[in-house]
Amino acid sequence: MNMLNKEPERFDIEALLPWHAAGTLSRRDADRVEQALASDRELQRRYALVREEFAETIHLNESLGAPSSRAMEKLFAAIDAEEARAPRRRASFDLAGRISEFLASFTPRTLAWSATAAAVAIVVQAAVITTVVVKDRGAPGTIGLAGKSQHVDGSYVVVSFVPQATVAEITKFLGAHKATVVEAPTRTPLGGYRIKLSDTKLPDDEVTRIAKQMQDESKIVSFIALQP
Amino acid sequence: MQATSDEVLIGRIANGDRLAMQVLFARHHVRVFRFVVRLVRNETTAEDLISEVFLDVWRQADRFEGRSAVTTWLLSIARFKALSALRRRPEEELDEETAGAIEDPSDDPEVALEKKDKGAIIRKCLTGLSAEHREIIDLVYYHEKSVEEVAEIVGIPENTVKTRMFYARKKLAELLKAAGIERGWP
Repeated sequence: MNMLNKEPERFDIEALLPWHAAGTLSRRDADRVEQALASDRELQRRYALVREEFAETIHLNESLGAPSSRAMEKLFAAIDAEEARAPRRRASFDLAGRISEFLASFTPRTLAWSATAAAVAIVVQAAVITTVVVKDRGAPGTIGLAGKSQHVDGSYVVVSFVPQATVAEITKFLGAHKATVVEAPTRTPLGGYRIKLSDTKLPDDEVTRIAKQMQDESKIVSFIALQP
Repeated sequence: MQATSDEVLIGRIANGDRLAMQVLFARHHVRVFRFVVRLVRNETTAEDLISEVFLDVWRQADRFEGRSAVTTWLLSIARFKALSALRRRPEEELDEETAGAIEDPSDDPEVALEKKDKGAIIRKCLTGLSAEHREIIDLVYYHEKSVEEVAEIVGIPENTVKTRMFYARKKLAELLKAAGIERGWP
């Protein structure tokens, strides 16, 4: 018995058949289609037509071939030309993106526990550092917060320390790089300490070199981001 | 090992990572090319357009908000570029192509019918659809786009997507009937 067109519901189902064949329906709609197909032979016949069209559309598109290497060459020539005209500012290692990618591989439960543990460690670390700051302000190589949050001159990076890093290790690290903490994590967009590398503006290459050296100290540093 | 997601690649491209751009291009350029070539029906034009599509990605990656899949975004840009190119093309060139200059490896329907190659006839009739109908059939069947994604790419309501797909299939059935294949639908 042909039940199609007698009920609007069946017409709606038939309209979904192309997406059912392609597997792009929501679970709910896919279940509706499956149920209708199970009890309606005419719908099954029409679904077979859809699958035939589906297969031939793929066949047709696959026979279209691929573009030549000219397309890629043209694209990267255009990108080179744009970069030569106006180089874009880029984050040195795209650490935020890579950390996000790394974290995405954990289950939500693992991530939640890790985040909680890290947050507690960071709060403790921040409290200790702030305590030291009160006692000892400003000298290069020590953990001192400068009073201003706006920094026009000089070169800066944002550093996040690993939770296990001790104050002594951080002090030594800053001294080795002649750096000074100038802003607390709560006031920086990336949630790390903003540190001053130099009172004068260093060339970008030099800042990148120093940042890479710092990044190598993975027992103390968890991430570094360049700052303008 | 899990491949880097398109969304992560876009984040890296926003930071000027050329390697990420190469990976994204390698991953999607063939499908984007096929989508465009089905619309403009000219391989040279399609090659130029896909360069422009990916150049737009390079320029606009920092504005990608991730509300839709990267492939949906790519096809939206590609569609816009293809339609703009078609509007720029001289009318006589369009007429020539519409008259049958479609590059298609299939035989003519009559020849295919003689060979009893039903698949070849269907493919030939698929190329004979209007650009609007070709587009929606390709998006649904080949590019595996959902109703919502097609609506976003084409810029029409979701109900219109379903209706347009229905009429595209109906037109295909008429072309098949004219070519000697009666399918008993619609």
